[in-house]
Amino acid sequence: MAPDPDNIESLVSRRYEHGFVTDIAADTMPPGLDEDVVRAISARKNEPEFMLEWRLRAYRQWRDMQEPAWAHVHYPPIDFEAISYFSAPMSDDDRPKSLDEVDPKLLETYDKLGIPLHERARLAGVAVDAVFDSVSVATTFKEKLSEAGIIFCPFSEAVENHPELVKKYLGTVVPQRDNFYAALNSAVFSDGSFVYVPKGVRCPMELSTYFRINAANTGQFERTLIIADEGSYVSYLEGCTAPMRDENQLHAAVVELVALDNAEIKYSTVQNWYPGDENGKGGIYNFVTKRGDCRGANSKISWTQVETGSAITWKYPSCILRGDNSVGEFYSVAVANNYQQADTGTKMIHIGRNTSSTIVSKGISAGHAQNAYRGLVRVMPQADGARNHTQCDSLLIGKKCGAHTFPYMEIRNPGAKVEHEATTSKISANQLFYCRQRGLSEEDAVNMIVNGFCKEVFKELPMEFAVEAQALLNVSLEGAVG
Amino acid sequence: MLEIKNLKASIGGTEILRGLSLNVGAGEIHAIMGPNGSGKSTLAQVIAGHADYEVLAGTVTYMGKNLLDLEPEERAREGIFLGFQYPVEIPGVNNAYLLKAAVNAKRKHQGLPEIDAFEFLKLAKEKMALLDMDPKLLNRGVNEGFSGGEKKRNEILQMAMLEPKLAILDETDSGLDIDALRAVAKGVNALRSPDRAIVLVTHYQRLLGYVEPDRVHVLSQGKIARSGDKTLALQLEEKGYDWVREAANG
Repeated sequence: MAPDPDNIESLVSRRYEHGFVTDIAADTMPPGLDEDVVRAISARKNEPEFMLEWRLRAYRQWRDMQEPAWAHVHYPPIDFEAISYFSAPMSDDDRPKSLDEVDPKLLETYDKLGIPLHERARLAGVAVDAVFDSVSVATTFKEKLSEAGIIFCPFSEAVENHPELVKKYLGTVVPQRDNFYAALNSAVFSDGSFVYVPKGVRCPMELSTYFRINAANTGQFERTLIIADEGSYVSYLEGCTAPMRDENQLHAAVVELVALDNAEIKYSTVQNWYPGDENGKGGIYNFVTKRGDCRGANSKISWTQVETGSAITWKYPSCILRGDNSVGEFYSVAVANNYQQADTGTKMIHIGRNTSSTIVSKGISAGHAQNAYRGLVRVMPQADGARNHTQCDSLLIGKKCGAHTFPYMEIRNPGAKVEHEATTSKISANQLFYCRQRGLSEEDAVNMIVNGFCKEVFKELPMEFAVEAQALLNVSLEGAVG
Repeated sequence: MLEIKNLKASIGGTEILRGLSLNVGAGEIHAIMGPNGSGKSTLAQVIAGHADYEVLAGTVTYMGKNLLDLEPEERAREGIFLGFQYPVEIPGVNNAYLLKAAVNAKRKHQGLPEIDAFEFLKLAKEKMALLDMDPKLLNRGVNEGFSGGEKKRNEILQMAMLEPKLAILDETDSGLDIDALRAVAKGVNALRSPDRAIVLVTHYQRLLGYVEPDRVHVLSQGKIARSGDKTLALQLEEKGYDWVREAANG
């Protein structure tokens, strides 16, 4: 399809309207965080007063909070005064001009993942004129969505155009002082996605950050808010399988989901931030707070995640099952290779009557990696008829990695039905030899066994995403054996 | 097809094969018998290329190539099939998926396109009927929760689908009831062909009642102590392995 020049122009110029203007692109705020920095961030984004106040309240709370130390991960202390809290995106002058200037190793990975050519340019951060194809796709999508009355836009745009919705829902699922990183995010968040699906509307397509125009620049402190009004449905895809590089080591995102009566939200993530090299040097610290509130009766929130990237992952997508008959689901594949550390899991909080939750967690450890599942199932006294089923499986590849499971259960209603199953297995030399004797290479054999292990989670992903996730897993575990 | 000369091999520092020589020609069926610990399984594993076994001396030539230079998967793609004594379970991996991956790995090696999914399924079901196997086993995890007999039939199914040039069946008959034994024998006989060699490693003569060997070898202390035609197996049954051992030492 040929891009419509008018649409491209309007879309491209809209980027500039909302803060990321070329003349400020070069500057980055000096490191350190105080009230002035928070004010400056808010001012640059032309935010209304309520937003600034909200950020300042978060900042003041954050100042008195301590970094959590309970996770099963180890890293040198982070100097929060050494971080710059507002960095404008790289200007086009600093970016590679074409794919010829991009690290060949990165391109090789794109190739293995089967990423289309025009998308490779965008992912590798090539200057914007190479990206026309996806811009036109985005335009078509936007038109379709607005016909259905769905709002899908950058967070900063929502603050400007739909302040009443932002005011009503922001921070109602993850309060500002929920935890150290959530408070930090609330004070300094850069941008993110905002979705509102009106009453009774079934979103006609998968919403993806992939197609959001300035997705590449949301960066370090991302903030996402999704509201599904009564009887609506939306499926949201976050991230993409291509490796994402970023200069910022610390990432602290917050995602809030709200499902009202009879509404359903399906949230799928593929996370592939730079994990560091084979020796554990570099890599992203990914400290994320994700929570869904099944606020209405018969509502449902389903998290599916494939986590392969980041040096350290600290992430517990959770569901608050407040509405009667509400349903929470968590399907996770977490891969840790080389020196990666992952501490991930979920929380299911049963409050309403006849609420049910399902947890399926698959952890894969290879190399020197440490992979922990941490999960909480809490059943409140009033939650009659609550049910939970947890299945938590670990797969080890090699001798130097570790798998850990920390399941917590707090059951305060005697009628609750809670089941927990856990297994730990290892890819054995005999399994590999068996496959090789049937003609498969060792790598293919590992991939086959790993994909078999993850099957239950992959089938929850939207179709194309599932295929990509499988390829991604294979690339992530390259060289894990032998 | 297969020529083994003065083969010496060890596992964990213990020498098991101590100068074994054997020739197997195309179209032939050989039975290798012998008491526990005589080196039967070691021979099968060394031919397949298991990394735990160290080859100390000797040569193994397969279709004119130095077999010992090849990785296990290369040997497989070149047409060597090992039916395992204890087939391993691979939970979560669909039995049909492994089977198809194996068929395609070999086809790729031969420069052929991947097998069509419908053609594959049709072929697999045909072979399963021949082996009297429950078609549901195709959609279970590889050997996951299979009975002993089902595991062995599954090995023969893989062999039938892969159509190897040289098949080595390591005690495929052990632990089988009479029906399973018959089904396995039927599968093996169906593969008999002038350009294929089959080596049956077995403890007992009973499989040889269904699959008639051209040659029978008796292994003792890592060497072939005696070779003969099918009557040797019957003699063994009657006189026991001590007879061979004494003959070898005497």
